[in-house]
Amino acid sequence: MSGAAATDPHRLGRSSGHRHAASEHAAGGLHAKRIITGYGFWIFLLSDIIMFSGFFAAYAVLSGNTADGPSGKDLFDLRNVAIETACLLFSSFTCGIGGIGAHTRRGLWFYGAMTVTFLFGAAFLALEIHEFADLVARGAGPTRSAFLSAFFTLVGCHGLHVTAGLLWLLTMMAQVFAKGYRADILRRILCFSLFWHALDIIWVALFTVVYLMGAGQ
Amino acid sequence: MSEFDPDGPTDVAPGEDDAESVLTYVVGLGLAVALTIVSFFIAGTSLVWGPSIPVALTVLAIAQMGVHLVFFLHITTGPDNVNNVMALAFGVLIVMLIMAGSLWIMSHMNHNMMPMEQLMQMQR
Repeated sequence: MSGAAATDPHRLGRSSGHRHAASEHAAGGLHAKRIITGYGFWIFLLSDIIMFSGFFAAYAVLSGNTADGPSGKDLFDLRNVAIETACLLFSSFTCGIGGIGAHTRRGLWFYGAMTVTFLFGAAFLALEIHEFADLVARGAGPTRSAFLSAFFTLVGCHGLHVTAGLLWLLTMMAQVFAKGYRADILRRILCFSLFWHALDIIWVALFTVVYLMGAGQ
Repeated sequence: MSEFDPDGPTDVAPGEDDAESVLTYVVGLGLAVALTIVSFFIAGTSLVWGPSIPVALTVLAIAQMGVHLVFFLHITTGPDNVNNVMALAFGVLIVMLIMAGSLWIMSHMNHNMMPMEQLMQMQR
């Protein structure tokens, strides 16, 4: 008990009651580690979201400062944004399916669903890069106005996260292929799917605040 | 769950459910798609009174984030999720402070500041 209390002082791996102490101690190791890893990664994700809220606040403050340049209404193509949203939403869904596949050790589910996740994520990224290139070509690059600086920072930061997520996804598929469904690999897959779902949550805020409200102004 | 069930977790990691099933994700996807479609429809329509559109979009976005949290990240109100929910609540508090505080302060500052042309005149 004392060892468990030292590594888990806030009882993340166990309930506050003592009734289960004996069985928990016998079985707890694996469960507890997965729970603590997930909790720690959850706290990282929340701090990442807080970082994004800073970019959101900057965008919201600066969105009117177009320096006589183009505003969101002139620039945003909502059809493109709708396709991007669909890509990210479906990739979030297939990522969940892939997580179940890994948990139940069904290779076809895991590899199939994660491949689809990667393809949707890559399609999202391609559309976003295309949009950025198009904006820069039309003279609405990040140096044009404070509005566009904030826009490129916010949306680009999300795009960088998606890029990192895609690399991580490939790494996880390679690790499962090379090492199998080991407990530590499954914990990493749990963290990855949390990361991917959190990116989708940020995208919900992003397409609402930036694109839908920007195009409607 | 029996008292001596060795697999009976008494606390869960975020993203993990006791009965982690495909159905949860299908329901979540359905709700998220519906909310997204309504958002995009409302943003482009003239059927709704104009000034209400940003409010409606905000409400829809918060609802969709809730759907993602519950169905994809499996954050629930159960007793096994208290740690996750408390962390989330603290995160939401900080996000609200940053967003609302920035907008409030900056709008007041813009309001109270001399128009930029006059300021430039004075500096000449």
